[in-house]
Amino acid sequence: MAADLNAFITEESIEGADAGPLADATVAVKDNISTAGVETTCGSRMLEGYVPPYDATVVERLTDAGATIVGKANMDEFGMGTTTETSQFGPTRNPVDPDRVPGGSSGGSAAAVAAGEADLALGTDTGGSVRCPAAFCGVVGIKPTYGLVSRYGLIAYANSLEQIGPIAGTVEDAAALLDVIASPDPHDATTREAGADANYAAAADGDVDGMTIGVVPELFEGAHEGVVETVRAAIDDLEAQGAETVEVSLPSVEHAVQAYYVIATSEASSNLARFDGVRYGHSAGHDGNWNETFAETRSEGFGEEVKRRILLGTYALSAGYHDKYYKKAQDARAWVRSDFDDAFADVDVIASPTMPVLPFELGEGIDDPMTMYLADANTTPVNLANLPAISIPAGTAEGLPVGLQLIGPQFGEETIVRAASAVEE
Amino acid sequence: MSDSPDERSEAAADAADAADTATTDTTEAVDATDATAVDVEDVDHVASLARVDLEEAEREQFPEQFAEILEYFETLDEVPEHDREPELVNVMRPDEVREGLTQSEALRNASETEDGYFRGPRVS
Repeated sequence: MAADLNAFITEESIEGADAGPLADATVAVKDNISTAGVETTCGSRMLEGYVPPYDATVVERLTDAGATIVGKANMDEFGMGTTTETSQFGPTRNPVDPDRVPGGSSGGSAAAVAAGEADLALGTDTGGSVRCPAAFCGVVGIKPTYGLVSRYGLIAYANSLEQIGPIAGTVEDAAALLDVIASPDPHDATTREAGADANYAAAADGDVDGMTIGVVPELFEGAHEGVVETVRAAIDDLEAQGAETVEVSLPSVEHAVQAYYVIATSEASSNLARFDGVRYGHSAGHDGNWNETFAETRSEGFGEEVKRRILLGTYALSAGYHDKYYKKAQDARAWVRSDFDDAFADVDVIASPTMPVLPFELGEGIDDPMTMYLADANTTPVNLANLPAISIPAGTAEGLPVGLQLIGPQFGEETIVRAASAVEE
Repeated sequence: MSDSPDERSEAAADAADAADTATTDTTEAVDATDATAVDVEDVDHVASLARVDLEEAEREQFPEQFAEILEYFETLDEVPEHDREPELVNVMRPDEVREGLTQSEALRNASETEDGYFRGPRVS
């Protein structure tokens, strides 16, 4: 089964403590999260054979809670992809339909949970990489508020945008995993005190009576018809349970994908500069001078999508273009954030399709970067605004899973968990 | 310099600052006359700034793909200027000596080492 789906890059058992809230649970950990003594590749040839000398904070939290880690989950190379096809260790297949992609970049994590190869999984979400594969595989995924979960030991792609998040078969299980991994960490100075004493699992009580749900027309525009119908039906169902829906317009989100890709590639060009083949990772050897060797090492170690994003980011930050791209993208980010702030003055949660499309067939869009980037239209605004969001199965269209995305205000994880648990009713 | 390819103390820095810093590494101007026309020389130049050699197939595909993507980025021109209140501010504390990696742990993943040092290519 595992070999068929290619959900794991490394299958290895890491035993947790004897007792704890996750004592009976098996967990798949995305392969960009450091595990002491266990190879951590980021889906890249660059880090093939790299063995971290210490655990990420979230891995310590898992083992302290008694979880058994069953393997390092496949992923798009360095998290750069929407299908898990940019993995240098081969694509993961969608357990719902093996001819289709599981979504990405945390495709191995979602596929492992959907196929029962792990009870729970950790993914990372920079522009939708937990929510997209959760939607495509028919499971639950949470992107936490920026600063709720420690990124210590997460190998960075775009650090102002990314969070580690849980994937599970039910809202309550995902929330319980969030309870284990969330909390401030002195090793990650971007973690916050807020949310430290929350109880996310207890919030999965299905009580949406009196809750106000904002529906954003911009996030339904251009979406696949079957996706729209399925998501609308799920929202109608919440209304039938006592929630109120109102339309809220977020004009800024029309610029979210552009802003996201400028900021993410810019940060990637800086973050991935550390891969020089000297301290860790692939090396092309040390003949020739530093610049030549560096360029050759990186050419051999990085796949095409990673090179594309490093170059786009380098371009966006280069003299003459910094103001045009990077600064404007930061303006767009601030606009998206204030748009959401305004909306949350009137609503408790915001609902949309997680993905505007159904799961792609393997190979369908991988050669067209723009098509791939545009699929992130509904997930990227959440990362730009540092907000929490959950993707929950809303039903199927053409026999394929459709995800409903529920977005909350900062540190509003209990509210989105509550609303999502009502979708399961 | 960090000994591992991940966050560690860098998490303390505002990530946007980190990306800003990269600007100073690439101060050589890219031809700014017409942003959405991208030829192979532009791609080669950016690749050299980023210290990434490209495969021939990548050199062939990237100009057209970059032109399309950059044209899409151009729509950011429509975005109004926005005041950016930082959500996070730097919180300082005195440096404290704490346990770190041992020398052998820090060197374990290096391709070449010599007398307890990383060994790299010559720099000039």
